[in-house]
Amino acid sequence: MTDAPTDDQTVLPLKADSDVVRVRQLVRDVATAARLSLVDQTKLVTAASELARNTLVYGGGGEARVRRLVQGTSVGVEVVFSDDGPGIADTELALTDGWTSGNGLGLGLSGTRRLVDDFRLDTAPGAGTRVTIAKWRR
Amino acid sequence: MDRIPILRIGEMLLVSIQVDLQDHTALMLQDDLSNRIVETGAKGVLIDISALEIVDSFIGRMISTTAAVSRVLDAETVVVGMQPAVAITLVELGLTLSGVRTALDVDRGLRMLRDSVEIPVVGRGVSPDDGRAD
Amino acid sequence: MSSQPDQQWIDLLRDNEDEVIEAWTAAAEASLAGRMTGGDLANDIREIYNGLLAGEGSETDIRSSVYDGLRALLNDLGRTRARQGFSPTEAATSIFALKQVLLDLLGRRGDLGAYRAFAKLSIIVDDLGLYMLETYANARETVIAQQAETLLELSTPVVKLWDNIVALPLVGTLDSARTQVVMEALLQALVDTGSEHAIIDITGVPAVDTQVAQHLLKTVQAARLLGAECIVSGIRPQIAQTVVALGIEFGDIHTKANLSDAMLLAMRRSGLDIVGRS
Repeated sequence: MTDAPTDDQTVLPLKADSDVVRVRQLVRDVATAARLSLVDQTKLVTAASELARNTLVYGGGGEARVRRLVQGTSVGVEVVFSDDGPGIADTELALTDGWTSGNGLGLGLSGTRRLVDDFRLDTAPGAGTRVTIAKWRR
Repeated sequence: MDRIPILRIGEMLLVSIQVDLQDHTALMLQDDLSNRIVETGAKGVLIDISALEIVDSFIGRMISTTAAVSRVLDAETVVVGMQPAVAITLVELGLTLSGVRTALDVDRGLRMLRDSVEIPVVGRGVSPDDGRAD
Repeated sequence: MSSQPDQQWIDLLRDNEDEVIEAWTAAAEASLAGRMTGGDLANDIREIYNGLLAGEGSETDIRSSVYDGLRALLNDLGRTRARQGFSPTEAATSIFALKQVLLDLLGRRGDLGAYRAFAKLSIIVDDLGLYMLETYANARETVIAQQAETLLELSTPVVKLWDNIVALPLVGTLDSARTQVVMEALLQALVDTGSEHAIIDITGVPAVDTQVAQHLLKTVQAARLLGAECIVSGIRPQIAQTVVALGIEFGDIHTKANLSDAMLLAMRRSGLDIVGRS
């Protein structure tokens, strides 16, 4: 993960359904400004939508931070989702491809990870969850 | 909190999703569709997603569920107009939406539905007691 | 016009302005093998010179704010040299040439104290040279990336074979990046032409490994989501053997040995057929 100097970030609360849509739109705007390709934008926004929903549904609400990344001549977009919820007990399980289309269970993290370039999960039972994703312009 | 309108064309129901769907709006649509299918005895449901730029796992699941529920209610579902970027993303996510029929556009989708709807062998007004058609 | 001992390197430059700039420009010109006019080069050198003087010798860390202008200048220079096609050495010598110039100067004056000042300056010049090289390298990478993209676009032509049928003849090695571009191009073509059938011909692809096969599979799945079907044609015996040996499941992807068989299949699925005239 990069700690490169960045532009200011935008913070959005995730407290209701409508906030998920707002996060999608914000990520879309920042990704467009960073000139990511259409497919890359779509992947990033979709990943953000998944994680925003997780934060809302499983994390009991939280927030999303969106910022543009700059490293040398590389440009990217980073989104951090954080909540003070119950945390994920078994991260290995959460990251395996156990998600199926029928049952609506599971966090779908493995699929989401495939959509982005950088993915980091910080969590522990009772300690909340923080997921950081980033996608770079190719 | 907009409801997605459902149009009826003969034995088909047509839904065109134009807005960025919130979760509860998607669930409402699912409900509304099942109700309308029963109310109208519709045999086909066409969902036009050509304006949808994002289809995540929730919406994807909603589409799969709608197709499955419709089938139980004796109606076929076709999803049309998926954008290439969306298709690529869904495949990467691992969502293949198997069990959901797809078509390039509304025209082809309607044709597909009409072909799949059982066409009565005898015309109207002819009952088994009448003279045979052949 | 003497500064503190630590800042004497600035005096070296200031006191010998004309001599330094002239010699510096000449050295830089020599290294660029005449590919740059003296006028432009002299301007560049003079600007760098002024940039160095900007801090009054108070700072030796080139990242300090007194050198903001100088760094911006070197940024531009690095990018320009890269786009002009100069080699890394040619680009950097414009900076490093200053050291030789000063050494020559000191040699003629024989001033011991000045040598210490030179040592300080040497470090600064090294940093500046490297800084410029970084920008240069990044700019070169961008140029290469752009060229690669153009090559990619040129090599993924999607052909409309008939109403409702497109073909994608693939030639050359398929890597991850290339396959993604190809996939996007094919899907977009299906939508643009309103075609329900795509023939992916891999006659010109020398080898297929698990990754490539997976990419092909993803392309077929994505096309299905759009409402189109794919046929993979041109599978050579070696590739077929590799696929089986690797245990790759092509699943329900339709495959045909050659393009014509694939086209026939696609036409029949489209409700067409080819009949001979008697």
